[in-house]
Amino acid sequence: MALLEVSGLHKKFGGLHAVNDVSFGVEKGAIKAVIGPNGAGKTTLFNLITGALAATSGLVSFNGAPIQNRKPHQIAACGIARTFQNIKLFHDMTALENVMVGRHLRSRAGFLASMLNMPWTLKEERQIREKSMELLALFEIAAYADVEATSLAFGQQRAVEFARALALEPALLLLDEPAAGLNMHETAEIGKLITRIRDLGITVLLVEHDMSLVMDISDEIVVLSFGEKIAEGVPADIQNDHDVIKVYLGE
Amino acid sequence: MKKLLPLAALIVFVIVIQKMTGWTDTRFYLTQLTMAAYYALLIVGLCVVMGYAGQISLGHAGFFAIGGYVSAALTTINLIAYQDRVVIRMLDGFGLLVAGQDIYGDAILVVAPWAACIAAVVCAGTTAWVLGIPVLKLKGHYLAMATLGFGIIIYRIVLASAVFGEADGISEVPPLPLLPGLTVSGDFGMREENYYIAWGMLIIGMILLRNLIDSRVGRALRSIHGSEEAAESTGVNTARFKLKVFVLSAVFAAVAGVFLTHYNGGIGPSEASVMKSVRYVAIVAVGGMAHLWGALIMGIVLNFLSLRGVFGSYDDAVFGFILIVIMLFAPNGILSLNWRGYFLGLFRRSGQTEETGRAIDGTP
Repeated sequence: MALLEVSGLHKKFGGLHAVNDVSFGVEKGAIKAVIGPNGAGKTTLFNLITGALAATSGLVSFNGAPIQNRKPHQIAACGIARTFQNIKLFHDMTALENVMVGRHLRSRAGFLASMLNMPWTLKEERQIREKSMELLALFEIAAYADVEATSLAFGQQRAVEFARALALEPALLLLDEPAAGLNMHETAEIGKLITRIRDLGITVLLVEHDMSLVMDISDEIVVLSFGEKIAEGVPADIQNDHDVIKVYLGE
Repeated sequence: MKKLLPLAALIVFVIVIQKMTGWTDTRFYLTQLTMAAYYALLIVGLCVVMGYAGQISLGHAGFFAIGGYVSAALTTINLIAYQDRVVIRMLDGFGLLVAGQDIYGDAILVVAPWAACIAAVVCAGTTAWVLGIPVLKLKGHYLAMATLGFGIIIYRIVLASAVFGEADGISEVPPLPLLPGLTVSGDFGMREENYYIAWGMLIIGMILLRNLIDSRVGRALRSIHGSEEAAESTGVNTARFKLKVFVLSAVFAAVAGVFLTHYNGGIGPSEASVMKSVRYVAIVAVGGMAHLWGALIMGIVLNFLSLRGVFGSYDDAVFGFILIVIMLFAPNGILSLNWRGYFLGLFRRSGQTEETGRAIDGTP
């Protein structure tokens, strides 16, 4: 059984079928990519899976349990983390603090315990800090731990967002255009990073424009066009698929 | 350790001020300092909601008023006429009522101050909860308007209700005994004691909020301010955290309201007025929004000046003016301005003037 199963997912914005009857599965341990021209419904699909948008109809199941139309924080609690196309870091917080927020679901101090500074919360805080530093080190940005996150360079901000998502210890990581705004060198780095994340045992689903990246790292690819799935398969097949070539290059 | 230093400095400051008023025979300042401390308690609570969680509230005078008015009404309404009713007998059985005599020697039966105090705070917290569920779904200007509307409703209710004394407010509110030997009262003989109660409450409140800000919850609140979408994606239940912090700050406001009412021996409708809410927001802004110490210092200084009558009849106008100036010239609060650099710059420039013979503005 696939880790994430999308079946018959449908989203209508007024008369527009942004996502139209899309079905696919993501196998555990795989890197799967969703590609398609601008306006194909890739980000909408992402927002449906993460609960940012409510589906018009259709099912999303994770680990066999239905998760469609839940709130984003509930989806996160199921073990699904995400990054954003236009990086969304918390301003006025350091890189380290940003990642520490990612430990929210793995810690439990509430209002009362925090205000009273209960002894066990100190231990919890220390664990949160250590784990977050480890993640910053993994992305080679530990040196910037105490720098305000939004003042970092673009690539470093993306790394902070990755670290924050991984801090959830998710089973599935959704990446919304991880290579957007990066140069060729940085894109190659991101590609290595995604492979490394997969090797940590985390399943990855990504939306991406950069073909070379997608073809390099994906185990499987889903192609969307005008909200509909037009192809699904391994990179080699997708590259030679008549419909896909038509959508990207024209007749 | 670094966290304890400012607190220790504050405690020393509080003691030194009290001693100084003793030595210089200016004990009358203690009254306004006591009142300013209670207002500052409300302001640090509001600071957490506004500065850290990023949710504006223009209705905090309403929570202050709910606290003050409920406690005042319960401790002054004479229940003697209803003393045979089952409810009253039950309350009496639980020890929640106290009997006594009014100034004319007539028998009175009122709710015990401690019970009234708890009821008032619970009442304000519950109101914040019920109000917060729908209202905190709003953002920015819409949230400001909705909380403003709440503030106006509370103001009109206290002005129109006979139990709240209409335009006269409630007077003859009894002292609030806290512990044996510690009573919140405006009695002249208890001025020092009450000064320390007020500042003690403020310091305790400050410690609790500082701890909160530096915790998992504090980070979650700040993340909501940064990006609600991203906060949700990391598993923060943004709706619940916003509601909880709103209720918490309402409780701070209500506690301030209760204590100040018992200290003053009364409360009037001006405490519920919208201009009071605007004033609190202005003070948090002057303090630098996400800056608990800034809110505390400005809360004390500005309220003290206002209570001393420095701003005269232009009191509300001054706070409105402060809000405009701060928003225009120092949106991060006046403490965030580069004061050190400014003064160093003054010296450096005056030095240059001598060397080069140029005027400060650079013209020859």
